[in-house]
Amino acid sequence: MGAVSDVTDANFSDVVLKSDKPVVVDFWADWCGPCKQVAPIIEELANTHGDKVTFVKMDTNTNPVTPANNHVLGLPTIQVYVGGELVKAFKGAKSKSVLLGAIEEYL
Amino acid sequence: MSTAAVPADLRDVIIVGSGPAGYTAAIYAARANLRPLVFEGSITAGGALMNTTDVENFPGFPDGIMGPELMDNLRTQAERFGAELVAEDIVAVDLTGYVKTVTDGYGNTFAARSVILATGSSYRSLGLDNEERLSGHGVSWCATCDGFFFRDKDIAVVGGGDSAVEEATFLTRFARSVTLIHRRDALRASKIMVARAENDPKISFAWNSEVVAIHGDKSLTGVTLRDTVSGEERELALAGLFIAIGHDPRSDLVAGQVERDSEGYVLTQGKTTRTNIDGVFACGDVVDHTYRQAITAAGSGCAAALDAERYLADLHDIAHQEALLAEALPVG
Repeated sequence: MGAVSDVTDANFSDVVLKSDKPVVVDFWADWCGPCKQVAPIIEELANTHGDKVTFVKMDTNTNPVTPANNHVLGLPTIQVYVGGELVKAFKGAKSKSVLLGAIEEYL
Repeated sequence: MSTAAVPADLRDVIIVGSGPAGYTAAIYAARANLRPLVFEGSITAGGALMNTTDVENFPGFPDGIMGPELMDNLRTQAERFGAELVAEDIVAVDLTGYVKTVTDGYGNTFAARSVILATGSSYRSLGLDNEERLSGHGVSWCATCDGFFFRDKDIAVVGGGDSAVEEATFLTRFARSVTLIHRRDALRASKIMVARAENDPKISFAWNSEVVAIHGDKSLTGVTLRDTVSGEERELALAGLFIAIGHDPRSDLVAGQVERDSEGYVLTQGKTTRTNIDGVFACGDVVDHTYRQAITAAGSGCAAALDAERYLADLHDIAHQEALLAEALPVG
C-alpha cells in the first residue's frame, strides 16, 4: 500500500545500508499514537520525492534487532541514511516542513 | 485597529491546536458554517490523548475507547462538517489587530477575523544535561509508546502524581523492576492507584529523591539521585527513565500578546473563553490549571467556538451599521 514499503531486520542491510539513494527510515509500532501522525507525512513525502529518496518503515515490534543496534529506544524515530551511514535522526513526531527540510539537500 | 489591507482569503476562524479542545471547537465552528482552518500541530496532533491507551471515563463509551481512536473520531467528525485540517505547527502569530495572522513552519501566513487557541500542554522536563540528547535513547515521556523496548530491564519513573503511578504500573508489564522516584515521602496520586503500586512486587520506591544527573553515551545507563533530606547522592543503574513530573501550558507562541498567568496559562474572562484580545479565544489544557480532562477540554472547545461565533456575528452587525451610516452620510 503506497510508496513506503516495510523493511525488516533481515533486509535492513540490503534495502537501507546498501542503497544508492538516501533512505528515510520510520521506526514505528502499533500502540504508538504519535507514530500514527508521522506515517501519513512519510507517505506524502514518498509520493512526492520517492524518485530521489527511498522511504521505508520498520515495525519495531516484529523487528527488535535493528532498533537495538541503532540505539532506538523511543518512538517514533526517523533516521536518514546516506551511503550506509546514519546522517540524521529525529526523535518524536515532526512536522512535514521539518522532515522535508531534512531531505531537501538530496532532492 | 490594523490599517493593513484585508487579505483576499480572510477566514472567519483559525484554530491553533488539536486534541479534544481543538477538534470540538472545529466541529462546532464547522457546523456554524465558519469553515475553520485547523492547524493540528505536527508534533501534537490529537494532543495529550495520543499518548494514552484506554480512556475509560469519556462519557458515551461504556467500554472505554483508545485515546488515538477517540481523536480520530473527533477529527473525522470535524472534517465531515467542512473543517480544513492541516498537520502543521504554527510558529508565529500576530493577534492584536482585527485581522489576525498566523504563520506556519514553511513561512506561509494565514489570516482570520478570529483565532481559537487550543495548543494544550507539553511534558515538563527535568532540565538536566543529557536529558534531550538521550531522549529516544532511554529517556522517555511516553510509557505506552516506548515501554516495550525495556523488556526485562531495570527502569525508573520520576514523579508522584497519577500519571507517574499509572506509568509505573503499566511498565511492570515489560520491565524487570520499576523504581518510582519521588521528591517527597508520599505520593500525590489517588489512593486506589497508590495501593495498586504498593502491592506490585516489581515496583519499589525511592522516596525523598531527586534526579540530579543523567548518564549514558549512546543510550541511558543510569542516573544520580540526591536525597532531598540528607543531601546524600547515590547512583542508580537504569536502562530506561520515564519522566512524569507534570505539564506546562504550551503558550509561548502568544507571549507578549495574550495575557497569561505566572505559570503561563492563558487567562480567560469569567466563564467565557475570551482572552484579553478581542477575537482571540482559548480553550483546553492551555487555560486549565485544574481539571485537565478530555471531557472538560472538549467542553471548553465547544464554548470557544460559540464565543467566536458570537463575536463574528457582532462584527458583522457593526460593519453593517457602519455601511448604512456611510450611505446615509455621503462624504462631502
